[in-house]
Order: sequence, then structure tokens, then C-alpha cells
Amino acid sequence: MNHETCHNLLESLSDYVDGSLGEQLCAEIERHLENCEDCQVVVDTLRKTIYLYHATSSPPHVPDDVRSRLFQRLDLDEFLEKEH
Amino acid sequence: MNNGKHPSEAISLEALRAGDRAEFARFVEVYSGVIYRLALKMVNNPQDAEDVLQETFIKAFRHISGFDGRSKLSTWLYRIATNEALMLLRRRKHNFLSIDEPIESSEEEQEPLQIVDWCCLPEDELMSTEARKYLDQAIDELPTSLRVVFLLREIEGLSTQETADVLSLSETAVKTRLSRARLNLREQLTNYYGERMGRKHLVEGGLP
Repeated sequence: MNHETCHNLLESLSDYVDGSLGEQLCAEIERHLENCEDCQVVVDTLRKTIYLYHATSSPPHVPDDVRSRLFQRLDLDEFLEKEH
Repeated sequence: MNNGKHPSEAISLEALRAGDRAEFARFVEVYSGVIYRLALKMVNNPQDAEDVLQETFIKAFRHISGFDGRSKLSTWLYRIATNEALMLLRRRKHNFLSIDEPIESSEEEQEPLQIVDWCCLPEDELMSTEARKYLDQAIDELPTSLRVVFLLREIEGLSTQETADVLSLSETAVKTRLSRARLNLREQLTNYYGERMGRKHLVEGGLP
């Protein structure tokens, strides 16, 4: 990871894994990856990182007591039981 | 009970503006889950997150007539919530002087880059309770300016443009911050899994 190209490409890797890079830069990265094992590892572990935080993120949830206090604070208590 | 529902189930802006309380209750029901999740990850404290949640809907209630409808209702609500959370963090920082992380400085730093290929670890090791905890903590420790972009884009699923609207940033700035947040987390996970791989290696290497 000392090569200058690697560091220059680093800031584009996030867009690259999203598939939102321009064709030319994308091709340039792919050419580089063919010959640079280190960058390939960075791309693979970056992809895996993204996969992991998506796979482990909690679904939206409001605990019952927090929800009750929210409805009370908003003066919407009358809708509390009906909705839940 | 609406936690699994998609928030795009149409909320009538007209009814909200007309002060329809039942519609407002539905609005709260649909969005409180995502707003609370965002608040929790922003302020890292259930009591403060509850304050952010309440203030967000109080302000939404109060200002709905001024909502021009140019952005999505959800984007507008995220903006209120994000501002509330950031204000709270600023107050906290002010109260505790500079024990908190610097908000902008680490954004420009080049991350160190470790090369360890931990992708091959088995899924149960990658997703162990300890690993999840480590990842959660790494997200909590992202500098605020990166964390807020990361949460809106990656956890709440807003587009680059919506995130830019919420935070009054350019789309380029959103992309840059997301990139830095992702690389930062990759680095943290490399520390964690790399160490585990190293230990395993040592144990295996140490066998006769």
C-alpha cells in the first residue's frame, strides 16, 4: 500500500463498491486491482465491512415506555391504545 | 406496531396541515422508530435519545404549516431530528469542555491502511456477539461529522441527495464523508479480525 496509485485510488473505492463511479475511473481501478493484491484486499474487506454493518443493524424500534411518554408529551394519548 | 411497515405509506400532508390529530398520531407511529434509532446512534444515550425524539415531533407539529413540500416529509423530519441531536451534542461538549471528540479535525486525516484479508473468516466468527459489539462501538466512535452522514446514508437508507439536503451539504461532501466513515470502519474491523486471525495463527503454529 505504498504505491502512489493505491493512495490516489483510495478515495474512489467507496464509490467504486457502490457502482457509482464513471466508466473511465472504474476501468482504471479494475486494471489496477488486477495487479495489486493489497488494493484487492482493501476492496474485499471494504465490501465485507459494508455487508456486516447492514446485516447487523437493528430494525427501527421504540420501546413501549418511550412510546407512551412520546404520545403523552404530544398530547396524543387517546391514540395510544388504539394504535398499539 | 408499525416498526416493520414502510414509511412511504402515504401520510396526508393536507390532513397534517389542517391539524388532524389522528393523522399526526399516524405520522408519529410511522416515523418514531427510525427517528429514535437515529437519535440513539447519534447521542449514544437512551435518555438523550428520548429527548431528541420528543423534541423532533414537537417541532414537526409546530412547524408543519411552514413545510413547503419541496422535499419528502421524511427528509424534513430527519433534518429536524439531526439538528436536535447535533445541538444536544454541542451542548454536551460545551458542558464537558473538550473531552468529546473533535468534530471536524479527524475528517481530513488520512486513515492508516492495514492489509489483512479477513474476508475468509467463517460467518459465525464475523458475526459473533463480540464482533457486533466491536462494530457498534466503532460506529459510536466515528467523529460526529462522519457518523451523521454514515447513519443517514447507510442505516436510514437516505440517498446522497437527501442526506445532502438534510445536512445542508454538497453531494460531494456527503460522498467524501461516507467514504471516510466506511474506510474508518474497515480499519477498525481489520484491527479486530486481524488480531483474532493472528492469535489463531499463533495457536496453530505453536502445535507440535
